[in-house]
Amino acid sequence: MTMTPSLDDAVLEDGPAISGLKPGLAPTSDAAAGQWTLIARKFLAQKLAVFCGGVILALYLVAALAEFLAPGLPDTSRAQFTYAPPQSIGLFTPEGTFQPHIKGYKVEIDQEALRRTFVVDDSIVVPIGFFVEGPAYKFWGLFESNRHLMGPLDPTQPMYLLGADRLGRDLLSRLIYGTRISMSIGLIGVCLSLMLGVVLGSISGYFGGWIDTVVQRIIEVVSAMPTIPLWLGLAAAIPLTWSPVQVYFVITVIVSLLGWTGLAREVRGRFFALRNEDFVTAAKLDGSSERRVIFRHILPSLTSHILAVVTLAVPSMIIAETSLSFLGVGLKAPVVSWGVLLQDAQNIRSISTAPWLLIWPSLAVVIAVLSFNFFGDGLRDAADPYES
Amino acid sequence: MDSPILSVEDLSLDFHLRTHILHAVRNVSFDLYRGRTLALVGESGSGKSVTARALLRIVDRPGQMVGGRILLRTDHIELDLAPLAANSREVRAVRGARIGLIFQEPMASLSPVHTIGSQIDEMLRLHAGLDKKAARARTIELLGQVEIPNPAEMADRYTFEFSGGMRQRAMIAMALACNPDVLIADEPTTALDVTTQAEILDLIKRLQVERGMAMLLITHDMGVVAEVADDVAVMRFGKIVEQGSVDDIFHAPRHPYTKRLLASTLKLEQAAEVRAGQRGEPGPILTIRNLAKTYGGAKGFLGTSKFAVKAVDDVSLTLNAGENLGIVGESGSGKTTLGRLILRTVEPSSGQVLYKDRQGRDVDVTALSKSGLRKFHADVRLIFQDPFASLNPRMTIGQIVGDPLVVAGGHTARQIQEKVAELLGLVGLDPAVMERYPHAFSGGQRQRIGIARALALDPRVVIADEATSALDVSIRSQILDLLLDIQQRLDLSFIFISHDISVVRYFCDRVAVMHRGKVVEVGPADKICTAPDADYTRALISAVPNPDPRHKRMLHRTRFNPDLQPTA
Repeated sequence: MTMTPSLDDAVLEDGPAISGLKPGLAPTSDAAAGQWTLIARKFLAQKLAVFCGGVILALYLVAALAEFLAPGLPDTSRAQFTYAPPQSIGLFTPEGTFQPHIKGYKVEIDQEALRRTFVVDDSIVVPIGFFVEGPAYKFWGLFESNRHLMGPLDPTQPMYLLGADRLGRDLLSRLIYGTRISMSIGLIGVCLSLMLGVVLGSISGYFGGWIDTVVQRIIEVVSAMPTIPLWLGLAAAIPLTWSPVQVYFVITVIVSLLGWTGLAREVRGRFFALRNEDFVTAAKLDGSSERRVIFRHILPSLTSHILAVVTLAVPSMIIAETSLSFLGVGLKAPVVSWGVLLQDAQNIRSISTAPWLLIWPSLAVVIAVLSFNFFGDGLRDAADPYES
Repeated sequence: MDSPILSVEDLSLDFHLRTHILHAVRNVSFDLYRGRTLALVGESGSGKSVTARALLRIVDRPGQMVGGRILLRTDHIELDLAPLAANSREVRAVRGARIGLIFQEPMASLSPVHTIGSQIDEMLRLHAGLDKKAARARTIELLGQVEIPNPAEMADRYTFEFSGGMRQRAMIAMALACNPDVLIADEPTTALDVTTQAEILDLIKRLQVERGMAMLLITHDMGVVAEVADDVAVMRFGKIVEQGSVDDIFHAPRHPYTKRLLASTLKLEQAAEVRAGQRGEPGPILTIRNLAKTYGGAKGFLGTSKFAVKAVDDVSLTLNAGENLGIVGESGSGKTTLGRLILRTVEPSSGQVLYKDRQGRDVDVTALSKSGLRKFHADVRLIFQDPFASLNPRMTIGQIVGDPLVVAGGHTARQIQEKVAELLGLVGLDPAVMERYPHAFSGGQRQRIGIARALALDPRVVIADEATSALDVSIRSQILDLLLDIQQRLDLSFIFISHDISVVRYFCDRVAVMHRGKVVEVGPADKICTAPDADYTRALISAVPNPDPRHKRMLHRTRFNPDLQPTA
């Protein structure tokens, strides 16, 4: 047996051996860090989720500044540019001087098929610039302006960076305006779902017994409904005379009335788990009333989870709006949303002549949904910083 | 002594955590010899389990081996496991076959969806290459060796059909299936009752000697060490502070930590000095009459009567003012339920609890209304077992300790803060910790916070439900001394619920022993611990390991078989 010679006068260490993550870096402490600090730290460690959070932020910025960011108005149509293909941006003119520009179109008519085709005409150079004057708009319906982030220096010239649709409207502008509707329908719908879900879920989970049984049966019935036919039915009940804004609001309500069940189940499950935690029993023995136990002790432990579930619920709302509008029962023109844009890509002919009508709106939906999913996953992983 | 079968040289493990690198194991070296048992002793966080896992190369992320050698010498070949990839063929051939492992928690380590037999069969077919029939025959033989009755039949049962002790036996059979040269037992009996623990230790020791295996026993219990080990290595904060033969460690310890560890273990072998000559007033403060709780047993759907479990069966006890009453029993004896019944967090099926309040009136707790119960809960408080689950992680210490005062009302924020500071001082914490959150504290400190919360409303009776069983032995005696000190100052009475005889002997004046929901014996603590009347108590006391290798208690213990007892 080996034995250290200086054992008899050995000094007791007073803590485990630790060192900083990098040499010269002192170990940090989070003794006085509350729940949200810990969650934030755990969340920030997940690169993908943070990146997706950035994407979501960017999408909402786009939605907020739609009028300014869009080069044109969503409804300006030019019949001569039906299905005009996307233009690309060039930096140097054929003469070799620096001038950001786009190339003009030349229309050729195929005599056999009697079809118009656009070819890029190198001789027409449309100079473009930043913060240019363009078509006038009313920002958020509040004040008038005609400044756009980007556009042709001559407002009468066409600019179709993502192509044009059947009526010669700019797809980019429509997509940007659509972001506002599509991203906000998710939020409003989720807020309604959240209220229903949290209230019913907490009641069900805290009291248990027959109350729980009743709420759970309701949830089962609601989630057993085939969603699309039900949406169709409810949407068909909307009077035709209603304004697009009213229709929009009713659609969010319809979508959220069916979307709260998952959230309610999640909240109930958490309640069940927390109800028997020692610290909840301790709170009861401390004399806390039921209301205080719920609001002071149980719900604060849930908020981060609820936040994560809500984030994961937003994409399903976006998808629901898109599918409803695509089927023609949700939002309708003149309202612009991603679903409405996809309506234009419903037939083979338009896809073959103008594939951008399918690609760009779908891509927007995919990016938004994926970002929300990754972001929500990250949030869920960070939601309980006290696990192990 | 021949050459060691397994040598660990300068083993070091680091854990890359979010805020810092933890050097969990630092330059640990030890040797295992055939037929001998090395006990690796240490308190929680000392790195003893992770050392054992490193031998099998099953350290989970973020753990990392940063140095050292693990030399396994079998069949005249020396194999260094340290540089091999954790999932390499060589390492997998060693796991289970050359080195067997017994885990602490047998329920979690056995698959719930396969029969016990098929799990052992799999081991044999994988490592020994036996065919199906031969494997099963060997499995039955092994189950017989670990003293499972009817091995052929039990092999076809599932994990949940086994009791805790039986599961651990099955786990041992599995670890031994391929005749390993080294057996690692990681806290093999910590999750078990003391009588089961004695049987399992007995079995492991016998099998090890019969087979001439080397054994590495990981434990925190000095009593277990004294009963089974030949050599001892004491670990603290990832370092082995002292190594030697079991007799040297227990009778001539040299390192101050070893001395301290032994002192706190031995301290709990007798009654606390403060308690000597101190007896409570004869007047009862809490009287329990024929209390019972039955689970199930209601008439079934079609009028068929269902099977009922009597968790607490006709219990009558009295707690005198200023007295410490211990309630001892193994898991499932109903002791925790009894505590909850007194507080009515679980409603009793029948019986009465009478409480003599500050005005000297008798209050029938079982008949109290909600508001009356709230008043009762201010006088009779509970200290929880789990110091981690019982504190809300989202509240600061100040909020947690002050919560009962906030709820009670009638205090300004300033008064509450002063009271909380006073309470924290009382339990030996710096009042400046008020701003911190529970995750910043160790188990012992958290238990102090829990005690401070229990004292916030100036209670008269405290029910401590296994209040020290989640704590390390040195912390345990500190907390017990703290409770005794507070009792002196605040004139409290305690009901101390525990499975640990030594804690009860140290802390309590009178002890009630519970078995299967019934109180089998009540008496003064020293009588129960030295000369008990009931057979069950005698078996229980004799199964407690004695922390003295020169007087092993387990070798001549009395066994108790309830099924052989004449029914009363």
